[in-house]
Amino acid sequence: MNNGRFGEFGGQYIPETLMNEIHNLEQAYEFYKNDPTFNAQMDQLLREYAGRPSLLYRAEKLTKMWGGARIYLKREDLNHTGSHKINNVLGQALLAKRMGKTRIIAETGAGQHGVAAATAAALLDLECEIFMGREDTRRQALNVYRMELLGAKVNAVTSGTETLKDAVNETMREWVSRAADTHYVLGSVMGPHPFPTMVRDFQAVISREARTQILALEGKLPTAVMACVGGGSNAMGMFYHFIPDQNVRLIGCEAAGRGIHTPQNAATIANGEIGVFHGMKSYFCQDSEGQIAPVYSISAGLDYPGIGPEHAHLYKTGRAQYVPVTDDEAVAAFELLARTEGIICAVESAHAVAYAQKIVPGMSGDDSVILCLSGRGDKDVAAIARYRGVDIHE
Amino acid sequence: MSKIANAFKNGKAFIGFVTGGDPSLTKTEEFVLKMAQSGADLIEIGVPFSDPIAEGPVIQRANLRALAAGTTMNKIFETVAKIREKTEVPLVLLTYLNPVFHYGYADFFERCQQVGVDGVIIPDLPYEERAEVKSRSGEVDIISLIAPTSDARIAQIAQNASGFLYIVSSLGVTGVRSEIKTDIKELFAAVRRETGLPAAVGFGIHTPEQAGEIARIADGVIVGSAIVKLIEEYGETAGPHIEEYVREMKAAIG
Repeated sequence: MNNGRFGEFGGQYIPETLMNEIHNLEQAYEFYKNDPTFNAQMDQLLREYAGRPSLLYRAEKLTKMWGGARIYLKREDLNHTGSHKINNVLGQALLAKRMGKTRIIAETGAGQHGVAAATAAALLDLECEIFMGREDTRRQALNVYRMELLGAKVNAVTSGTETLKDAVNETMREWVSRAADTHYVLGSVMGPHPFPTMVRDFQAVISREARTQILALEGKLPTAVMACVGGGSNAMGMFYHFIPDQNVRLIGCEAAGRGIHTPQNAATIANGEIGVFHGMKSYFCQDSEGQIAPVYSISAGLDYPGIGPEHAHLYKTGRAQYVPVTDDEAVAAFELLARTEGIICAVESAHAVAYAQKIVPGMSGDDSVILCLSGRGDKDVAAIARYRGVDIHE
Repeated sequence: MSKIANAFKNGKAFIGFVTGGDPSLTKTEEFVLKMAQSGADLIEIGVPFSDPIAEGPVIQRANLRALAAGTTMNKIFETVAKIREKTEVPLVLLTYLNPVFHYGYADFFERCQQVGVDGVIIPDLPYEERAEVKSRSGEVDIISLIAPTSDARIAQIAQNASGFLYIVSSLGVTGVRSEIKTDIKELFAAVRRETGLPAAVGFGIHTPEQAGEIARIADGVIVGSAIVKLIEEYGETAGPHIEEYVREMKAAIG
């Protein structure tokens, strides 16, 4: 990799006004990632505040039910704030402090990244503003209030489709207006360099722990590791330390919404084409004119028309495989996991559970599989109820 | 040599912007011709994009109107060809990179040259990334932007620029501003130290007073949102209003 490229993907396609700022960020990150004091502080926060290491839980009942490989769940849902997002925001907020910034801004879809960013801001005494599509502020009203409780200001974005991509647009616009005292805490392995690399490094703690944990439990590497993919931060974190292990299959599960042959999906690898958007060259859902397509998924966290550039590279080189999972399949897996293991996971993570259900029964008892449970599902209960035609109020 | 240099031959240049296809391409043709007749020295036509991250609300809405009207890259090229039958005014397309990438760089610039597009401004293509485009752009100038935050970057950008330099007056997105806080004099001087190429200032300029002030310093003034706002307000009948506005602005910088 050089200059933020993963093969042909990545880069820094942003307005001139931000170029010096992004170079400053790049330099600061290159310095602090090797700084012992910075890393010691980061480790302490992950351990004592976020609750790491997260468990690698052996799901016996699921294993028995599917009758193939042994299933392990990497429990990112047990982190403080309830998802893997905390790993990244703690790193970026610490970095922002070191850079002398007093304010952070962030986009959010479902609200998990926004809540995590607001949490880090509260802890580290940073001012915080969150940009969230107006449609998402309605779908996730509870998270809006949660961010406000944490002291953040939440801006409802009314441009475009009023969802995650528009929240990213608006946060970028805000950053172009005010970067001197403000760091943009991007929530996924996307955007201009150094974000895809930096966010991946902060999330790589997932596979660093999981690789050690599975070797201790199984005495050998897993057959496959699986994670859901929107922008792809939990998947990149789950894959990263397994990339050199050529025999370990890496499987990313995309949101196919109502089906990849309908207009209502967010399956970027299945349906997208190479393009340049949000600062990076990667795959995007787009029309014949190169206009970014409106996307849909029951999961607000996967409702994004692109995918991080390192995933694009892993796909193009064949190292990782990306598969579409529909709303129906994800909701069924959400319910299944709740009933069999007593775990209500995020509907995003349920996409990985759903695909595991398809391939695990075909594996042997010698195989093992790790599923990344990227988040907990409290936030999704009302949406799942609505999906099943049950009218409840949050 | 491209026609862009001509825009700066008759004193200070007035550069106007409209979003192609807002409210229709027939109207774009009319508005561009009216601007040229009223004294605009160079005209930018915006290619509408679903997610214009460098634009403020006024031009964002124009992009949505143009897309809803079915505007495509090929239709914009056809419109430019029609405009070219009637005027020699230098024309520049402002487009985000993805529609160009998707069209294919080589095909895009070939079409530009066929129909008479003189330059292209790509707000999300900074200096470091432009090699992939530049190698296919032929006679079409890739217009470089200089921002108030460019500092040490000014030298490399200015020395490798072509056509003219687009100086961004303020931090943030496009749109009218009551006050421009950047020291334009200092920024322009920094550019002038590196290149003899003309340099025009845009972002936020809307009154004749502002334009006059900028024109005392720079080689030209770029106005977008103020014109697009007239189109938003008057729609199909914006022509005479644009004509009057451009005449007034050109007089103010004369």
